[in-house]
Amino acid sequence: MSAFTSGSLTARNLHLSFGSNHVLRGIDLQVEKGTTASVIGPSGSGKSTLLRVMNRLIEPDQGDILLDGRSVLKDNPDELRQRIGMVFQQFNLFPHKTVVENVSLALRKLRKLPKEQARAEALEQLDLVGLKHRADARPGNLSGGQQQRVAIARALAMKPEVMFFDEATSALDPELVKGVLALMADLAKGGMTMVVVTHEMGFSRNVSDTVTFMDGGVVVESGAPEQLFTAPSTERLKSFLSDVL
Amino acid sequence: MDFSQFLNTFFNWEAMAEVIPSLLTVGLPNTLILAVSSAIIGSVAGMLLAVMGVSRTGPLRWIARVYTDIFRGLPAAVVILIISIGLGPVVRELTGSSNPFPLGIMALSLMAAAYIGEIFRSGIQSVEKGQLEASRALGFGYNASMRLVVVPQGIRRVLPALVNQFIALIKDSSLVYFIGVLASQREIFRVGNDATANSGNLSPLIAAAILYLVLTIPLTHFVNFIDHRLRTGRPEKRQPDDAAAVVGKGAQA
Repeated sequence: MSAFTSGSLTARNLHLSFGSNHVLRGIDLQVEKGTTASVIGPSGSGKSTLLRVMNRLIEPDQGDILLDGRSVLKDNPDELRQRIGMVFQQFNLFPHKTVVENVSLALRKLRKLPKEQARAEALEQLDLVGLKHRADARPGNLSGGQQQRVAIARALAMKPEVMFFDEATSALDPELVKGVLALMADLAKGGMTMVVVTHEMGFSRNVSDTVTFMDGGVVVESGAPEQLFTAPSTERLKSFLSDVL
Repeated sequence: MDFSQFLNTFFNWEAMAEVIPSLLTVGLPNTLILAVSSAIIGSVAGMLLAVMGVSRTGPLRWIARVYTDIFRGLPAAVVILIISIGLGPVVRELTGSSNPFPLGIMALSLMAAAYIGEIFRSGIQSVEKGQLEASRALGFGYNASMRLVVVPQGIRRVLPALVNQFIALIKDSSLVYFIGVLASQREIFRVGNDATANSGNLSPLIAAAILYLVLTIPLTHFVNFIDHRLRTGRPEKRQPDDAAAVVGKGAQA
């Protein structure tokens, strides 16, 4: 897998409330350039919301977000999101467009590449995820695992500096999970900066450089995977791990 | 009333034959002009209303809501009369033209826009939230996301309902006769109605009714066809067994 022009990502003291529901209560997260941070925790702990706040799909109430050491809160949010790729639990491919059009749409309309060049680059990305041969199919005719790999290609096509994965394998049939996880591990090895919200403890433990355990809108514990998985220092992480492992 | 009298009243072939040329050369083109132009204008205005209706700006949503409530709640005949009586003299003053078609088309379009706007809005709102989110995450702004991702999917889902609205326009175009039209400006209903009034025989009106059905029935079947196609996708190649076998089919029927 080719090398990426990735950058570091920092979240500082992020707060977010929906009405009286205080979803994020001061989150700090540091992801060094070229490393993978996985975020684990029970559902409702604010993991997915954290991703959406860090690419400003939801604006934080308080705190700061830094990309490559520079605050991005004053930037145009649309331009910020072009620098951060995101992969969703439900794939969210555009069903009215073919596979290759899904990947080339942003290249054509945002990068303003001519149609032929955008298609060529999209085909290249599809080749990297092993789906060039399905370029002209509709997403609906692909398996879930294939759809998720297309979604990854769609995000990678914009040459992002950071990739977010929001429970990317949770909606997949068990036998399809492996292929997507292997692709994500390849990206991590290739030097992509990644934030991976996941329930796959094996991936979190074996692939990521740091693990962050969230519960109730706060970071309860974070550090190297070996440390968290073998010697959790809080009761909350201990009981979470005993539930999921 | 004996049977021959019944036949003569409804199916007098001579009376029908007499009216058919003007139904086809006068009524049909005028009906199509009214229905097609108001379908086009109504669709464009309806799309505008739909996008306003789901807008993030409160006043825009409010304007769309009020407009839709008013024009969906009024009978077509009332709108056509109010528009023609109210605006007719103004238009005549300004343009010197007393052609009733622009006002008729306007009245039909104003109402069609309200219905079509609701159709488009329901389609747009039925598109999963994740679609907008995925588009925004790629770096598209709200407007580009709606234009490229959400609205095209929404339209596809409501094509059947949209064609139903076009059928309604073909029928409602008959109400334009309220405005008062020249002989050459009559649409299908008025041509049939005039002939019936002159002859005292209902057959010309039956001929007009049949012509409406010739226009609308293919459209209703076209709706069913695209509805089916949208549900199931392009027909896969049928296996010879599927096409031929009678085994097990009885249970489904």
